[in-house]
Amino acid sequence: MKKTLFDKLWDMHVVKTFDNGPSVFYIDRHYIHEVTSPQAFKGLEDKGLEVFRPNQIIATADHNVPTLNQELPIKDPLSATQVSMLTDNCNKHGIKYYPLGSEYQGIVHVIGPELGFTLPGMTIVCGDSHTSTHGAFGCIAFGIGTSQVEQVLASQCLLLSKPKRMRIKVDGKLKQGVLSKDVILHIIAKLGTGGATGYFVEYAGTTFEAMSMEERMTVCNMSIEMGARGGLIAPDQTTFDYIASTLYGPKGAELEDKVKHWSSLKTDSDAVFDKEIHIEAATIEPMITYGTNPGMGINIFDQIPSDSQDNELAKSLNYMGLKPGESLLGKSVDYVFIGSCTNSRIEDLRIAAEYVKGKQKAADVTCWIVPGSKLVEKQAIAEGLDKIFQEAGIKMRQPGCSACLAMNDDKIPEGKLCISTSNRNFEGRQGQGARTILASPLTAIAAAVHGKIWTADAAIERNQSKIESQSR
Amino acid sequence: MEKINKIQSSGVPLPIEHVDTDQIIPARFLKSTSKEGFGENLFRDWRYNGSNANPDFVLNDSKYSGNILVAGHNFGCGSSREHAAWAIHDYGFRAVVSSEFADIFKGNAMNNGLLPIEVSSAFLQELTEAIITNPSTSISISLEDQTIAFDDKDYQFDIDGFKKKCLLEGKVEFDYLIDMRDTIKEYEQNRTF
Repeated sequence: MKKTLFDKLWDMHVVKTFDNGPSVFYIDRHYIHEVTSPQAFKGLEDKGLEVFRPNQIIATADHNVPTLNQELPIKDPLSATQVSMLTDNCNKHGIKYYPLGSEYQGIVHVIGPELGFTLPGMTIVCGDSHTSTHGAFGCIAFGIGTSQVEQVLASQCLLLSKPKRMRIKVDGKLKQGVLSKDVILHIIAKLGTGGATGYFVEYAGTTFEAMSMEERMTVCNMSIEMGARGGLIAPDQTTFDYIASTLYGPKGAELEDKVKHWSSLKTDSDAVFDKEIHIEAATIEPMITYGTNPGMGINIFDQIPSDSQDNELAKSLNYMGLKPGESLLGKSVDYVFIGSCTNSRIEDLRIAAEYVKGKQKAADVTCWIVPGSKLVEKQAIAEGLDKIFQEAGIKMRQPGCSACLAMNDDKIPEGKLCISTSNRNFEGRQGQGARTILASPLTAIAAAVHGKIWTADAAIERNQSKIESQSR
Repeated sequence: MEKINKIQSSGVPLPIEHVDTDQIIPARFLKSTSKEGFGENLFRDWRYNGSNANPDFVLNDSKYSGNILVAGHNFGCGSSREHAAWAIHDYGFRAVVSSEFADIFKGNAMNNGLLPIEVSSAFLQELTEAIITNPSTSISISLEDQTIAFDDKDYQFDIDGFKKKCLLEGKVEFDYLIDMRDTIKEYEQNRTF
């Protein structure tokens, strides 16, 4: 029988299947962070058990950490406790840990790939829904709850039932100014926030094939935002070249050997999916969200939908302080956040720097640019991106999850509108009462310069007449 | 984990679609290192205006009580935080009814003795309307029979057979995996990739 890539990886990792029941599913790589692991370690210790495979675990502190003055102790005592508990647990169980102060610390979904711990064909879990990011390397990668973190700590396995398979094909060349973030926001807007619940997605087609690993990670990262268990892209030369450049990835003959195996990780040509979606790249415009879930997105030139019967829409727009039928172009913003596991990699910072070079941040906008890891920060400094930001009136901060989820000091105040490259625009996600608009790093930095939602120059030229008619 | 089979109770209606786990328990309450006490911050930002109870939110409406939460479509989407399931259970709910649950939330709920019951949109609407019309509407759930009933209506719901067995017996997945560790070691030794 012809198999999808997901089927192949699934079959390779099934240890045993219970009759009419779930499979014991083997996990190659387990990432952990400070928020969803303490109760799991506690559970293990209460049962008097050891960590089964400590060498397959990588830990870092990211959700709670400050993004300024990281050399100082964490101010919030609860945050400090969670971080120090992670430190203790890693020391006690011999787990590789990149704490604050390490030259490789950062957001777990940024450091795993860039250090070469995420490799094609792996099964990867973390107590974090954006673990789907690692699917960009051709992995079955997905977020789990704390009970499951404990299961993996104790057995390196989970009990799983196989999800359905969906393929999303995007073909063709993207328009200038349309980034991978726009592609995934377009897909989520098309499917809805629960449109892929019960499925594992494969992204295929020439548009994804042409993307860098950073771009692919942005796409796979947001798979969960349409409810998918995860999303993956078949590994190819782009993947292998990226891995060759990582610090701890395989090298030389070992890499060559692995590439032979990895090259076979593809969906068979006539394999059948439970659902297929096809999109032409040329139909995708820069995207923004207007509501309170990531499925509520429109292209930047469109108006907010108006349906007086839709209570969810009314509730969302009430929270956002927006009106049905309104255009978001020209809307003033208070905050701009460029960062998070979705868009904090070096390419994202380069895009922001290239746009902002020689321009100035609007005076009444607060702009936070937060690299995803110490390595990204180091690279940005080496390329002088921090100086470009500084000249534009923006200070580059230090690595962490930052304003993605209001667990650390970086919170958006109540009622303020933030255009954000993160992944969720839920009520209160960036702070109590904060209003979030999701967008690409290019759209976000354009807003920082103009002080309002605006398109990047290339896009403006392309759609000049459309914009003029809307802002009249 | 406590066993679950039959639940008979009135229900609390929350007919909102796509309730994400950030609403169920906001991130600022995830800083605890234990599993206890999350119920007091369940739906915190819908339940309170500042430090005052929001009288318009259903958990503050004395008309409604019971240990069955009757929610809207795609309940529990977003973050994988198990704290959401802990909070709902800690508050006192033992079942959540919806026409669809987000996958991670559904798994987390069942790992904590909270029964997610997936029903048709039509049944969900009828049940919600029945509770709003008569808040003392009695809802009967039998996990064994996979039925949920109120007034003269009933619905046969699907549930994974293995998960059902775990919930009925109060067993956790963890115990099965621990028993498998020799088989898992064998798998590791025999891998060829």
